[in-house]
Amino acid sequence: MKIYGVAVLSACFIAGQLIGEALGILFHFDGNIGGVGFGMLLLIVLGDWIKKKKWLDAESESGIHFWSGMYIPVVIAMSATQNVKAALSGGWVALVVGVFATLLCFSLIPLLSKLQKKTDSTGSSL
Amino acid sequence: MHFIPKLFAKNELIVAFLVVGLIMFISVLVSKHLLRNKIPGAAVAITMGLILAYFGGKKGIADFPLFAGMAFLGGSMMRDFSIVSTAMGASLSEIKKTGWVGILSLFIGIAVAFFVGGSIGYAMGYRDIKTVATIGAGACTFIVGPVTGAALGASSDIIAISIAIGVIKTVVVTILTPLIAKRIGLDNPQTAMIYGGLIGTTSGVAAGLAATDPKLVPYGALTATFYTGLACMLCPSLCYFILSLFI
Repeated sequence: MKIYGVAVLSACFIAGQLIGEALGILFHFDGNIGGVGFGMLLLIVLGDWIKKKKWLDAESESGIHFWSGMYIPVVIAMSATQNVKAALSGGWVALVVGVFATLLCFSLIPLLSKLQKKTDSTGSSL
Repeated sequence: MHFIPKLFAKNELIVAFLVVGLIMFISVLVSKHLLRNKIPGAAVAITMGLILAYFGGKKGIADFPLFAGMAFLGGSMMRDFSIVSTAMGASLSEIKKTGWVGILSLFIGIAVAFFVGGSIGYAMGYRDIKTVATIGAGACTFIVGPVTGAALGASSDIIAISIAIGVIKTVVVTILTPLIAKRIGLDNPQTAMIYGGLIGTTSGVAAGLAATDPKLVPYGALTATFYTGLACMLCPSLCYFILSLFI
């Protein structure tokens, strides 16, 4: 049943959020630290394990796939509800800082990517 | 006809499904016939969303009662839930292959955004250290800016600017990613993880990757989700301390 897949997804999501909140309290930070990331890691590990054990059939798994298919529509709704007016009314400082700092980060991607390939080929990956 | 707005308001989430479906439909047509598939339909749809948001207010298009459901569909709960669901397709071995460089990319991404953003602010006439730090934090994400500003006691107009910087970053990342993906080699899980760590804005990274190659979304989102939390800890503390050695 599809709801089994959705329930597994929900369990991973909530467990991840709990870990994120706990880390926030631990580091005295008012908020959630990496809750989504922990949820994803849980789903990757748990999903793999459940698949091997054959506890979720394809029908149940399609409950998870439905939500990953809804991901782009959710992002479209998200971009339509951003405060774009405020972003543009922040003046020149906001525009210059926002654009230049971002471009610089982009330019570092190939550099780090090269570093990753180097360490990967020498076999020192985690 | 007076009952129609009421009906829409009562079923706001369903209306949002319809609206997003229509945006997607039009975008795919635009992508196919006007742009000759050069820019993917998802990228056109996300850009169209940003343009629509401009006509609204604080909550973008959702400020109109007719489109109120868009705020729920595009809110953090749905966003995070659907991002987590994409992990089902991710492979653990690909993540392990990225290794420590993925973590390094987080620290470099935060440091570069903070210090470069702050330096530009300084060069443009902001000399107060709390202001410079808040501007630099805004260059991380639109959450790090106000959190840092509040922690340091920056004024509210500076906090507003820091939010604006973060939102502009999100917009730039969303639009630019699919356009330059090939040039920066963003076509494999390892680079997607590094990209997520360096850029950090979860919404921008997720939207940018969705428009580039949906298969890469889980990898980029995985590192990006740690960025905001880490930056909120580092900016008002360690980064601020380093900044104080210079100003």
